[in-house]
Amino acid sequence: MPTFLQEASHKRQALLDVLFRNLTRLAAFGVLALLVAIIGSLIVGSMPAIHAYGFGFITSSQWNPVTDQFGAWIPIVGTLVTSGIALLIAIPVSFGIAIFLTELSPRWMRRPLGIAVELLAGIPSIIYGMWGLFVFAPLFGDHVEPWLNDHIGTWPLLGPFFSGPPMGIGILTASIILSIMVIPFIASVMRDVFDVVPAMLKESAYGLGATTWEVMRNVVLPYTKIGVVGGIMLGLGRALGETMAVTFVIGNAHELNQSLLMPGNSISSALANEFTEAVGELYTSSLIELGLILFFITFVVLSLARLMLYKLAQGEGRGA
Amino acid sequence: MHAETVIPNPKLIVKDLNFYYGKDRALKDINLTIPEKMVTAFIGPSGCGKSTLLRAFNRMYQLYPKQSATGEVLLDGQNLLDKKQDLNMLRAKIGMVFQKPTPFPMSIYDNIAFGVKLYERLSRNEMDERVEWTLKKAALWNEVKDKLKQSGTGLSGGQQQRLCIARAIAVKPQVLLLDEPTSALDPISTANIEKLIDELKQDFTIVIVTHNMQQAARISDFTAYMYLGELIEFGDTSTVFTNPKRKETEDYITGRFG
Repeated sequence: MPTFLQEASHKRQALLDVLFRNLTRLAAFGVLALLVAIIGSLIVGSMPAIHAYGFGFITSSQWNPVTDQFGAWIPIVGTLVTSGIALLIAIPVSFGIAIFLTELSPRWMRRPLGIAVELLAGIPSIIYGMWGLFVFAPLFGDHVEPWLNDHIGTWPLLGPFFSGPPMGIGILTASIILSIMVIPFIASVMRDVFDVVPAMLKESAYGLGATTWEVMRNVVLPYTKIGVVGGIMLGLGRALGETMAVTFVIGNAHELNQSLLMPGNSISSALANEFTEAVGELYTSSLIELGLILFFITFVVLSLARLMLYKLAQGEGRGA
Repeated sequence: MHAETVIPNPKLIVKDLNFYYGKDRALKDINLTIPEKMVTAFIGPSGCGKSTLLRAFNRMYQLYPKQSATGEVLLDGQNLLDKKQDLNMLRAKIGMVFQKPTPFPMSIYDNIAFGVKLYERLSRNEMDERVEWTLKKAALWNEVKDKLKQSGTGLSGGQQQRLCIARAIAVKPQVLLLDEPTSALDPISTANIEKLIDELKQDFTIVIVTHNMQQAARISDFTAYMYLGELIEFGDTSTVFTNPKRKETEDYITGRFG
Protein backbone atom coordinates (compact mmCIF):
# COMPACT_ATOMS: atom_id res chain seq x y z
CA MET A 1 0.00 0.00 0.00
CA PRO A 2 2.44 2.68 -1.11
CA THR A 3 -0.13 5.51 -1.22
CA PHE A 4 -1.07 4.94 2.39
CA LEU A 5 2.55 5.03 3.50
CA GLN A 6 3.11 8.25 1.61
CA GLU A 7 0.07 9.85 3.20
CA ALA A 8 1.21 8.88 6.66
CA SER A 9 4.64 10.38 6.17
CA HIS A 10 3.07 13.53 4.77
CA LYS A 11 0.97 13.87 7.88
CA ARG A 12 3.94 13.30 10.09
CA GLN A 13 5.94 15.93 8.24
CA ALA A 14 3.12 18.44 8.44
CA LEU A 15 2.82 17.81 12.15
CA LEU A 16 6.54 18.21 12.69
CA ASP A 17 6.49 21.43 10.72
CA VAL A 18 3.70 22.87 12.86
CA LEU A 19 5.53 21.77 15.98
CA PHE A 20 8.77 23.35 14.84
CA ARG A 21 7.11 26.60 13.88
CA ASN A 22 5.42 26.89 17.24
CA LEU A 23 8.61 26.07 19.09
CA THR A 24 10.52 28.88 17.42
CA ARG A 25 7.58 31.21 17.99
CA LEU A 26 7.51 30.24 21.65
CA ALA A 27 11.22 31.03 21.99
CA ALA A 28 10.87 34.41 20.30
CA PHE A 29 7.82 35.47 22.27
CA GLY A 30 9.34 34.05 25.44
CA VAL A 31 12.11 36.64 25.23
CA LEU A 32 9.57 39.40 24.80
CA ALA A 33 7.50 38.13 27.71
CA LEU A 34 10.59 37.95 29.88
CA LEU A 35 11.49 41.53 29.07
CA VAL A 36 7.98 42.73 29.90
CA ALA A 37 7.97 40.71 33.10
CA ILE A 38 11.29 42.18 34.26
CA ILE A 39 10.22 45.75 33.54
CA GLY A 40 6.87 45.04 35.18
CA SER A 41 8.37 43.67 38.37
CA LEU A 42 10.86 46.54 38.53
CA ILE A 43 7.99 49.03 38.26
CA VAL A 44 5.90 47.22 40.84
CA GLY A 45 8.88 46.95 43.19
CA SER A 46 9.70 50.62 42.91
CA MET A 47 6.10 51.87 43.37
CA PRO A 48 6.53 52.73 47.10
CA ALA A 49 9.57 54.89 46.31
CA ILE A 50 7.86 56.51 43.34
CA HIS A 51 4.88 57.35 45.56
CA ALA A 52 7.07 58.69 48.31
CA TYR A 53 9.46 60.87 46.28
CA GLY A 54 7.97 61.31 42.81
CA PHE A 55 10.30 62.84 40.22
CA GLY A 56 12.34 64.39 43.00
CA PHE A 57 13.97 60.97 43.41
CA ILE A 58 15.96 61.49 40.24
CA THR A 59 17.24 64.99 41.03
CA SER A 60 17.82 64.59 44.76
CA SER A 61 21.34 63.90 45.95
CA GLN A 62 20.20 62.86 49.41
CA TRP A 63 20.94 59.29 50.47
CA ASN A 64 20.20 58.74 54.12
CA PRO A 65 18.89 55.33 55.19
CA VAL A 66 18.49 56.52 58.77
CA THR A 67 15.98 59.23 57.92
CA ASP A 68 14.59 57.35 54.89
CA GLN A 69 15.67 60.09 52.49
CA PHE A 70 16.69 58.69 49.12
CA GLY A 71 17.68 60.31 45.85
CA ALA A 72 19.29 58.86 42.74
CA TRP A 73 21.24 61.83 41.40
CA ILE A 74 24.68 60.80 42.68
CA PRO A 75 24.66 57.23 41.34
CA ILE A 76 23.12 58.42 38.05
CA VAL A 77 25.91 60.95 37.59
CA GLY A 78 28.50 58.40 38.69
CA THR A 79 27.24 55.86 36.16
CA LEU A 80 27.12 58.32 33.28
CA VAL A 81 30.46 59.96 34.06
CA THR A 82 32.41 56.72 34.53
CA SER A 83 30.93 55.20 31.36
CA GLY A 84 31.48 58.41 29.41
CA ILE A 85 35.13 58.73 30.40
CA ALA A 86 35.62 55.01 29.80
CA LEU A 87 34.37 55.42 26.21
CA LEU A 88 36.46 58.54 25.72
CA ILE A 89 39.54 56.46 26.47
CA ALA A 90 38.38 53.18 24.91
CA ILE A 91 37.18 54.40 21.49
CA PRO A 92 40.45 55.84 20.19
CA VAL A 93 42.50 53.00 21.66
CA SER A 94 40.17 50.38 20.15
CA PHE A 95 40.23 52.17 16.81
CA GLY A 96 44.02 52.05 16.90
CA ILE A 97 44.05 48.37 17.82
CA ALA A 98 41.60 47.55 15.03
CA ILE A 99 43.53 49.53 12.41
CA PHE A 100 46.76 47.88 13.44
CA LEU A 101 45.25 44.40 13.39
CA THR A 102 43.56 44.79 10.01
CA GLU A 103 45.92 47.03 8.05
CA LEU A 104 49.37 47.44 9.51
CA SER A 105 50.37 44.41 11.52
CA PRO A 106 52.52 41.75 9.88
CA ARG A 107 50.46 38.68 9.11
CA TRP A 108 52.10 36.41 11.67
CA MET A 109 51.28 38.81 14.49
CA ARG A 110 47.57 39.15 13.68
CA ARG A 111 46.33 35.93 15.19
CA PRO A 112 48.21 36.07 18.50
CA LEU A 113 47.33 39.73 19.00
CA GLY A 114 43.69 39.14 18.07
CA ILE A 115 43.48 36.23 20.48
CA ALA A 116 45.08 38.34 23.22
CA VAL A 117 42.42 41.01 22.74
CA GLU A 118 39.67 38.40 22.91
CA LEU A 119 41.18 36.85 26.04
CA LEU A 120 41.09 40.27 27.65
CA ALA A 121 37.33 40.20 27.14
CA GLY A 122 37.11 36.83 28.83
CA ILE A 123 38.68 37.88 32.15
CA PRO A 124 35.99 37.82 34.85
CA SER A 125 35.12 41.28 36.08
CA ILE A 126 35.94 40.45 39.68
CA ILE A 127 39.55 39.95 38.63
CA TYR A 128 39.61 43.39 37.05
CA GLY A 129 38.19 44.67 40.35
CA MET A 130 40.83 42.98 42.46
CA TRP A 131 43.62 44.01 40.16
CA GLY A 132 42.22 47.54 40.15
CA LEU A 133 42.06 47.71 43.93
CA PHE A 134 45.32 46.02 44.85
CA VAL A 135 47.60 46.91 41.96
CA PHE A 136 46.29 49.69 39.78
CA ALA A 137 44.77 52.04 42.37
CA PRO A 138 47.89 52.28 44.58
CA LEU A 139 50.14 52.85 41.57
CA PHE A 140 47.72 55.39 40.13
CA GLY A 141 47.43 57.17 43.48
CA ASP A 142 51.18 57.28 44.05
CA HIS A 143 52.37 58.23 40.61
CA VAL A 144 49.68 59.55 38.31
CA GLU A 145 47.26 61.47 40.51
CA PRO A 146 49.92 63.72 42.12
CA TRP A 147 51.10 64.53 38.60
CA LEU A 148 47.52 65.34 37.53
CA ASN A 149 47.19 67.56 40.60
CA ASP A 150 50.37 69.45 39.81
CA HIS A 151 49.90 69.85 36.09
CA ILE A 152 46.29 69.73 34.95
CA GLY A 153 44.91 70.64 38.39
CA THR A 154 46.10 74.21 38.02
CA TRP A 155 44.41 74.83 34.66
CA PRO A 156 41.35 76.99 34.47
CA LEU A 157 38.10 75.14 33.63
CA LEU A 158 39.65 71.65 33.53
CA GLY A 159 41.61 72.14 36.75
CA PRO A 160 38.91 71.41 39.35
CA PHE A 161 38.22 68.04 37.72
CA PHE A 162 41.77 66.88 38.35
CA SER A 163 42.61 68.29 41.75
CA GLY A 164 42.01 66.52 45.01
CA PRO A 165 43.59 64.04 47.37
CA PRO A 166 45.52 61.35 45.45
CA MET A 167 43.87 58.35 47.08
CA GLY A 168 43.98 56.13 44.04
CA ILE A 169 40.34 55.25 44.44
CA GLY A 170 37.60 57.26 42.85
CA ILE A 171 35.64 58.11 39.71
CA LEU A 172 38.69 58.41 37.44
CA THR A 173 40.16 55.08 38.54
CA ALA A 174 36.81 53.39 37.98
CA SER A 175 36.59 54.97 34.53
CA ILE A 176 40.03 53.73 33.55
CA ILE A 177 39.33 50.19 34.76
CA LEU A 178 36.05 50.31 32.83
CA SER A 179 37.82 51.47 29.70
CA ILE A 180 40.24 48.53 29.94
CA MET A 181 37.25 46.23 30.29
CA VAL A 182 35.35 47.57 27.26
CA ILE A 183 38.34 47.95 24.91
CA PRO A 184 38.38 44.25 23.92
CA PHE A 185 34.68 44.39 23.03
CA ILE A 186 34.91 47.53 20.95
CA ALA A 187 38.24 46.58 19.38
CA SER A 188 37.16 43.11 18.32
CA VAL A 189 33.90 44.35 16.80
CA MET A 190 35.78 47.10 14.96
CA ARG A 191 38.34 44.59 13.71
CA ASP A 192 35.60 42.27 12.48
CA VAL A 193 33.76 45.00 10.59
CA PHE A 194 36.98 46.45 9.16
CA ASP A 195 37.82 42.98 7.91
CA VAL A 196 34.69 42.79 5.75
CA VAL A 197 35.44 46.01 3.86
CA PRO A 198 36.01 44.88 0.25
CA ALA A 199 39.72 44.92 -0.59
CA MET A 200 38.84 46.61 -3.87
CA LEU A 201 37.23 49.55 -2.08
CA LYS A 202 40.33 50.11 0.01
CA GLU A 203 42.54 49.66 -3.04
CA SER A 204 40.50 52.32 -4.83
CA ALA A 205 41.38 54.80 -2.11
CA TYR A 206 45.00 53.67 -1.93
CA GLY A 207 45.04 53.90 -5.72
CA LEU A 208 44.30 57.62 -5.48
CA GLY A 209 47.35 57.99 -3.29
CA ALA A 210 45.64 58.07 0.09
CA THR A 211 47.64 57.11 3.17
CA THR A 212 46.53 54.36 5.54
CA TRP A 213 45.06 56.96 7.89
CA GLU A 214 43.16 58.70 5.08
CA VAL A 215 41.79 55.38 3.85
CA MET A 216 40.67 54.39 7.34
CA ARG A 217 39.21 57.77 8.19
CA ASN A 218 37.42 58.54 4.92
CA VAL A 219 36.54 55.18 3.44
CA VAL A 220 36.68 52.33 5.94
CA LEU A 221 35.09 54.17 8.85
CA PRO A 222 32.09 55.54 6.89
CA TYR A 223 31.63 52.15 5.22
CA THR A 224 31.54 50.34 8.56
CA LYS A 225 29.91 53.01 10.71
CA ILE A 226 26.89 50.91 11.65
CA GLY A 227 29.10 48.12 12.91
CA VAL A 228 31.44 50.55 14.66
CA VAL A 229 28.59 52.30 16.45
CA GLY A 230 27.22 48.88 17.31
CA GLY A 231 30.56 47.91 18.86
CA ILE A 232 30.72 51.15 20.83
CA MET A 233 27.18 50.57 22.09
CA LEU A 234 28.13 47.06 23.15
CA GLY A 235 30.99 48.58 25.12
CA LEU A 236 28.79 51.31 26.56
CA GLY A 237 26.19 48.75 27.59
CA ARG A 238 28.85 46.83 29.43
CA ALA A 239 30.27 49.97 31.05
CA LEU A 240 26.86 51.17 32.24
CA GLY A 241 25.98 47.89 33.88
CA GLU A 242 29.41 46.80 35.12
CA THR A 243 29.19 46.13 38.83
CA MET A 244 31.98 44.19 40.47
CA ALA A 245 35.05 45.96 39.10
CA VAL A 246 33.51 49.37 39.64
CA THR A 247 32.44 48.57 43.20
CA PHE A 248 36.02 47.73 44.06
CA VAL A 249 37.58 50.98 42.93
CA ILE A 250 34.92 53.71 42.82
CA GLY A 251 34.93 54.36 46.56
CA ASN A 252 31.20 53.84 47.11
CA ALA A 253 30.61 57.24 48.67
CA HIS A 254 27.32 59.03 48.25
CA GLU A 255 29.02 62.30 47.55
CA LEU A 256 28.90 64.62 44.62
CA ASN A 257 32.32 66.08 43.80
CA GLN A 258 33.55 68.03 40.87
CA SER A 259 36.90 66.31 41.18
CA LEU A 260 37.26 63.05 39.33
CA LEU A 261 39.86 61.93 41.85
CA MET A 262 37.25 61.80 44.61
CA PRO A 263 35.21 58.69 45.39
CA GLY A 264 31.69 58.47 44.09
CA ASN A 265 29.09 55.85 43.37
CA SER A 266 27.38 54.25 40.42
CA ILE A 267 23.94 52.70 40.18
CA SER A 268 25.13 49.14 39.87
CA SER A 269 27.70 49.38 42.65
CA ALA A 270 25.15 51.04 44.95
CA LEU A 271 22.80 48.14 44.28
CA ALA A 272 25.47 45.50 44.86
CA ASN A 273 26.65 47.10 48.08
CA GLU A 274 23.40 47.97 49.70
CA PHE A 275 20.89 45.28 48.89
CA THR A 276 22.04 43.08 51.75
CA GLU A 277 21.71 45.83 54.29
CA ALA A 278 18.50 47.37 52.95
CA VAL A 279 15.94 47.25 55.71
CA GLY A 280 12.48 48.68 55.41
CA GLU A 281 10.22 48.89 52.39
CA LEU A 282 11.29 52.34 51.27
CA TYR A 283 15.02 51.53 51.25
CA THR A 284 14.51 48.36 49.19
CA SER A 285 12.07 50.09 46.91
CA SER A 286 14.48 52.97 46.30
CA LEU A 287 17.16 50.49 45.25
CA ILE A 288 14.73 48.81 42.86
CA GLU A 289 13.88 52.18 41.39
CA LEU A 290 17.61 52.73 40.86
CA GLY A 291 17.61 49.51 38.87
CA LEU A 292 14.66 50.74 36.84
CA ILE A 293 16.54 53.96 36.10
CA LEU A 294 19.59 51.98 34.92
CA PHE A 295 17.29 50.03 32.63
CA PHE A 296 15.87 53.29 31.32
CA ILE A 297 19.31 54.85 30.77
CA THR A 298 20.42 51.84 28.74
CA PHE A 299 17.24 52.04 26.70
CA VAL A 300 17.71 55.76 26.01
CA VAL A 301 21.34 55.24 25.05
CA LEU A 302 20.41 52.55 22.55
CA SER A 303 17.66 54.74 21.08
CA LEU A 304 20.07 57.67 20.75
CA ALA A 305 22.50 55.40 18.93
CA ARG A 306 19.75 54.44 16.47
CA LEU A 307 18.88 58.10 15.98
CA MET A 308 22.53 58.94 15.39
CA LEU A 309 22.84 56.26 12.72
CA TYR A 310 19.71 57.61 11.04
CA LYS A 311 21.12 61.15 11.04
CA LEU A 312 24.43 59.88 9.68
CA ALA A 313 22.64 58.14 6.83
CA GLN A 314 20.82 61.37 6.04
CA GLY A 315 23.99 63.41 6.15
CA GLU A 316 25.47 61.09 3.58
CA GLY A 317 22.64 61.93 1.22
CA ARG A 318 20.83 58.64 1.21
CA GLY A 319 17.67 60.10 2.71
CA ALA A 320 17.30 62.82 0.09
CA MET B 1 60.72 38.98 -30.18
CA HIS B 2 58.75 42.02 -31.20
CA ALA B 3 61.57 44.44 -31.84
CA GLU B 4 60.06 45.24 -35.19
CA THR B 5 57.01 46.85 -33.56
CA VAL B 6 57.59 50.58 -33.51
CA ILE B 7 56.05 52.29 -30.49
CA PRO B 8 55.40 56.01 -30.86
CA ASN B 9 55.98 58.24 -27.79
CA PRO B 10 56.71 55.65 -25.13
CA LYS B 11 55.10 56.51 -21.79
CA LEU B 12 55.67 53.42 -19.73
CA ILE B 13 58.56 51.09 -20.37
CA VAL B 14 58.64 47.71 -18.64
CA LYS B 15 62.05 46.07 -18.43
CA ASP B 16 62.67 42.48 -17.32
CA LEU B 17 59.76 42.56 -14.91
CA ASN B 18 59.33 39.49 -12.72
CA PHE B 19 56.60 39.19 -10.15
CA TYR B 20 56.29 36.79 -7.24
CA TYR B 21 53.44 35.68 -5.01
CA GLY B 22 55.59 34.25 -2.26
CA LYS B 23 57.76 31.82 -4.21
CA ASP B 24 55.42 31.54 -7.21
CA ARG B 25 56.69 33.41 -10.20
CA ALA B 26 53.62 35.01 -11.74
CA LEU B 27 55.30 37.21 -14.32
CA LYS B 28 58.31 36.09 -16.30
CA ASP B 29 60.73 38.63 -17.76
CA ILE B 30 58.15 40.99 -19.16
CA ASN B 31 59.45 43.59 -21.60
CA LEU B 32 56.93 46.02 -22.96
CA THR B 33 56.53 49.61 -24.08
CA ILE B 34 53.26 51.43 -23.64
CA PRO B 35 52.65 54.44 -25.91
CA GLU B 36 51.41 57.80 -24.67
CA LYS B 37 47.77 58.79 -25.16
CA MET B 38 46.77 55.50 -26.67
CA VAL B 39 44.79 52.55 -25.41
CA THR B 40 46.82 49.43 -24.72
CA ALA B 41 44.91 46.24 -23.96
CA PHE B 42 46.16 43.19 -22.05
CA ILE B 43 44.35 40.02 -23.04
CA GLY B 44 44.78 36.39 -22.14
CA PRO B 45 43.07 33.58 -20.25
CA SER B 46 42.36 33.80 -16.51
CA GLY B 47 45.47 33.58 -14.40
CA CYS B 48 47.82 34.62 -17.18
CA GLY B 49 49.12 37.54 -15.13
CA LYS B 50 47.50 40.45 -16.96
CA SER B 51 45.96 41.94 -13.80
CA THR B 52 49.18 41.27 -11.91
CA LEU B 53 51.10 43.22 -14.53
CA LEU B 54 48.64 46.10 -14.25
CA ARG B 55 48.92 46.16 -10.47
CA ALA B 56 52.70 46.35 -10.71
CA PHE B 57 52.34 49.73 -12.43
CA ASN B 58 51.01 51.46 -9.32
CA ARG B 59 52.62 49.06 -6.85
CA MET B 60 49.23 48.09 -5.47
CA TYR B 61 50.79 44.73 -4.61
CA GLN B 62 52.74 46.43 -1.84
CA LEU B 63 49.62 46.44 0.32
CA TYR B 64 50.08 42.71 0.65
CA PRO B 65 52.97 40.95 2.30
CA LYS B 66 54.81 38.32 0.30
CA GLN B 67 54.14 39.95 -3.06
CA SER B 68 57.18 41.39 -4.73
CA ALA B 69 58.48 42.53 -8.09
CA THR B 70 61.92 42.78 -9.66
CA GLY B 71 62.93 44.65 -12.78
CA GLU B 72 61.98 48.13 -13.86
CA VAL B 73 58.85 50.02 -14.78
CA LEU B 74 59.82 53.40 -16.19
CA LEU B 75 57.33 56.24 -16.30
CA ASP B 76 58.90 58.96 -18.46
CA GLY B 77 62.26 57.40 -17.67
CA GLN B 78 61.73 57.27 -13.89
CA ASN B 79 61.74 53.83 -12.28
CA LEU B 80 58.47 53.34 -10.39
CA LEU B 81 59.70 50.20 -8.64
CA ASP B 82 62.54 52.14 -7.05
CA LYS B 83 62.11 51.99 -3.28
CA LYS B 84 62.83 55.70 -3.08
CA GLN B 85 59.84 56.48 -5.27
CA ASP B 86 57.11 58.13 -3.13
CA LEU B 87 54.23 55.67 -3.29
CA ASN B 88 51.43 58.19 -2.81
CA MET B 89 52.78 60.57 -5.42
CA LEU B 90 53.17 57.63 -7.79
CA ARG B 91 49.56 56.64 -7.31
CA ALA B 92 48.44 60.21 -7.92
CA LYS B 93 50.11 60.02 -11.33
CA ILE B 94 48.63 56.61 -12.14
CA GLY B 95 44.89 56.22 -11.61
CA MET B 96 43.13 52.88 -11.36
CA VAL B 97 39.61 51.54 -11.91
CA PHE B 98 38.56 48.07 -10.80
CA GLN B 99 36.44 45.10 -11.94
CA LYS B 100 33.48 46.25 -9.91
CA PRO B 101 32.36 49.80 -9.26
CA THR B 102 33.73 50.90 -5.89
CA PRO B 103 32.13 54.25 -5.05
CA PHE B 104 33.18 55.52 -1.64
CA PRO B 105 30.40 55.70 0.97
CA MET B 106 29.96 59.46 0.55
CA SER B 107 28.21 61.89 -1.77
CA ILE B 108 28.88 62.01 -5.51
CA TYR B 109 30.58 65.37 -5.05
CA ASP B 110 32.81 64.08 -2.26
CA ASN B 111 33.71 60.97 -4.24
CA ILE B 112 35.34 63.27 -6.79
CA ALA B 113 36.70 65.77 -4.28
CA PHE B 114 38.29 63.09 -2.08
CA GLY B 115 41.30 62.43 -4.28
CA VAL B 116 41.71 66.06 -5.26
CA LYS B 117 41.84 67.15 -1.61
CA LEU B 118 44.75 64.80 -1.00
CA TYR B 119 47.03 66.87 -3.24
CA GLU B 120 45.56 70.29 -3.87
CA ARG B 121 44.22 73.10 -1.76
CA LEU B 122 41.31 74.40 -3.76
CA SER B 123 38.76 77.04 -2.86
CA ARG B 124 35.13 76.06 -2.81
CA ASN B 125 34.62 77.56 -6.26
CA GLU B 126 37.66 75.90 -7.75
CA MET B 127 36.57 72.59 -6.33
CA ASP B 128 33.08 73.03 -7.78
CA GLU B 129 34.65 73.71 -11.16
CA ARG B 130 36.94 70.70 -10.88
CA VAL B 131 34.05 68.42 -10.00
CA GLU B 132 32.05 69.71 -12.94
CA TRP B 133 35.01 69.41 -15.32
CA THR B 134 35.64 65.87 -14.12
CA LEU B 135 32.06 64.71 -14.37
CA LYS B 136 31.75 66.20 -17.84
CA LYS B 137 34.93 64.41 -18.91
CA ALA B 138 33.46 61.19 -17.56
CA ALA B 139 30.19 61.80 -19.42
CA LEU B 140 28.27 61.71 -16.18
CA TRP B 141 27.51 65.39 -15.57
CA ASN B 142 24.07 65.50 -17.19
CA GLU B 143 22.90 62.52 -15.21
CA VAL B 144 24.08 63.63 -11.78
CA LYS B 145 24.30 67.43 -11.83
CA ASP B 146 21.07 67.74 -9.81
CA LYS B 147 22.03 65.21 -7.18
CA LEU B 148 25.67 65.85 -6.38
CA LYS B 149 24.91 65.74 -2.66
CA GLN B 150 23.37 62.28 -2.88
CA SER B 151 25.27 59.15 -2.08
CA GLY B 152 27.42 57.69 -4.84
CA THR B 153 26.25 54.22 -3.85
CA GLY B 154 22.72 55.04 -5.01
CA LEU B 155 23.67 55.26 -8.71
CA SER B 156 23.21 52.44 -11.21
CA GLY B 157 26.13 50.08 -11.83
CA GLY B 158 27.19 51.78 -15.06
CA GLN B 159 26.93 55.23 -13.51
CA GLN B 160 28.92 54.05 -10.50
CA GLN B 161 31.69 52.80 -12.76
CA ARG B 162 31.78 56.10 -14.65
CA LEU B 163 31.91 57.81 -11.24
CA CYS B 164 34.94 55.67 -10.42
CA ILE B 165 36.58 56.65 -13.70
CA ALA B 166 35.74 60.27 -12.93
CA ARG B 167 37.26 59.91 -9.49
CA ALA B 168 40.44 58.53 -11.01
CA ILE B 169 40.81 61.34 -13.59
CA ALA B 170 39.88 64.11 -11.12
CA VAL B 171 43.46 64.18 -9.84
CA LYS B 172 44.66 64.55 -13.46
CA PRO B 173 46.83 61.44 -13.61
CA GLN B 174 49.03 60.69 -16.59
CA VAL B 175 48.16 57.03 -16.86
CA LEU B 176 44.82 55.34 -16.29
CA LEU B 177 44.79 51.64 -15.40
CA LEU B 178 41.50 49.86 -16.05
CA ASP B 179 41.22 46.36 -14.62
CA GLU B 180 38.32 44.73 -16.49
CA PRO B 181 36.21 47.83 -15.96
CA THR B 182 33.11 46.47 -17.70
CA SER B 183 33.08 42.89 -16.44
CA ALA B 184 30.24 43.62 -13.99
CA LEU B 185 28.18 45.78 -16.37
CA ASP B 186 25.35 45.26 -18.83
CA PRO B 187 25.96 45.75 -22.60
CA ILE B 188 24.60 49.30 -22.72
CA SER B 189 26.71 50.48 -19.79
CA THR B 190 29.65 48.68 -21.36
CA ALA B 191 29.13 50.56 -24.61
CA ASN B 192 29.03 53.85 -22.68
CA ILE B 193 32.28 53.06 -20.93
CA GLU B 194 33.96 52.04 -24.18
CA LYS B 195 32.88 55.30 -25.78
CA LEU B 196 34.25 57.12 -22.77
CA ILE B 197 37.59 55.32 -22.98
CA ASP B 198 37.86 56.35 -26.61
CA GLU B 199 37.39 60.00 -25.65
CA LEU B 200 39.69 59.86 -22.65
CA LYS B 201 42.68 58.73 -24.66
CA GLN B 202 43.06 62.28 -25.96
CA ASP B 203 44.25 63.24 -22.46
CA PHE B 204 45.44 60.08 -20.79
CA THR B 205 47.54 57.03 -21.47
CA ILE B 206 45.18 54.12 -20.93
CA VAL B 207 46.02 50.53 -20.10
CA ILE B 208 43.07 48.14 -19.97
CA VAL B 209 42.89 44.54 -18.87
CA THR B 210 39.99 42.74 -20.47
CA HIS B 211 38.55 39.28 -20.72
CA ASN B 212 36.62 40.29 -23.75
CA MET B 213 38.60 40.01 -26.97
CA GLN B 214 36.03 41.94 -29.00
CA GLN B 215 36.38 44.76 -26.52
CA ALA B 216 40.13 44.81 -26.95
CA ALA B 217 39.69 44.79 -30.72
CA ARG B 218 37.14 47.64 -30.59
CA ILE B 219 38.86 50.08 -28.31
CA SER B 220 42.59 49.46 -28.15
CA ASP B 221 45.41 50.71 -30.33
CA PHE B 222 47.89 48.17 -29.07
CA THR B 223 47.32 44.70 -27.70
CA ALA B 224 49.44 42.44 -25.54
CA TYR B 225 48.60 38.75 -25.38
CA MET B 226 49.76 37.03 -22.22
CA TYR B 227 49.82 33.40 -21.24
CA LEU B 228 51.08 31.76 -18.04
CA GLY B 229 52.93 34.85 -16.91
CA GLU B 230 54.66 35.44 -20.21
CA LEU B 231 54.12 38.10 -22.79
CA ILE B 232 53.49 36.07 -25.91
CA GLU B 233 52.83 38.80 -28.41
CA PHE B 234 52.61 42.56 -28.46
CA GLY B 235 51.82 44.84 -31.34
CA ASP B 236 49.26 47.15 -32.83
CA THR B 237 45.80 45.77 -32.35
CA SER B 238 44.87 45.22 -35.96
CA THR B 239 48.03 43.20 -36.58
CA VAL B 240 47.62 41.10 -33.47
CA PHE B 241 44.03 40.28 -34.33
CA THR B 242 44.27 39.83 -38.07
CA ASN B 243 47.79 38.64 -38.59
CA PRO B 244 49.24 37.29 -35.35
CA LYS B 245 52.86 36.25 -35.52
CA ARG B 246 52.61 33.50 -32.94
CA LYS B 247 50.54 30.37 -33.19
CA GLU B 248 49.47 30.65 -29.51
CA THR B 249 48.00 34.07 -30.12
CA GLU B 250 46.14 32.88 -33.16
CA ASP B 251 44.71 29.92 -31.25
CA TYR B 252 43.46 32.16 -28.47
CA ILE B 253 42.01 34.81 -30.73
CA THR B 254 40.22 32.37 -32.97
CA GLY B 255 38.73 30.71 -29.91
CA ARG B 256 40.47 27.41 -30.32
CA PHE B 257 41.73 27.77 -26.80
CA GLY B 258 41.04 29.79 -23.66
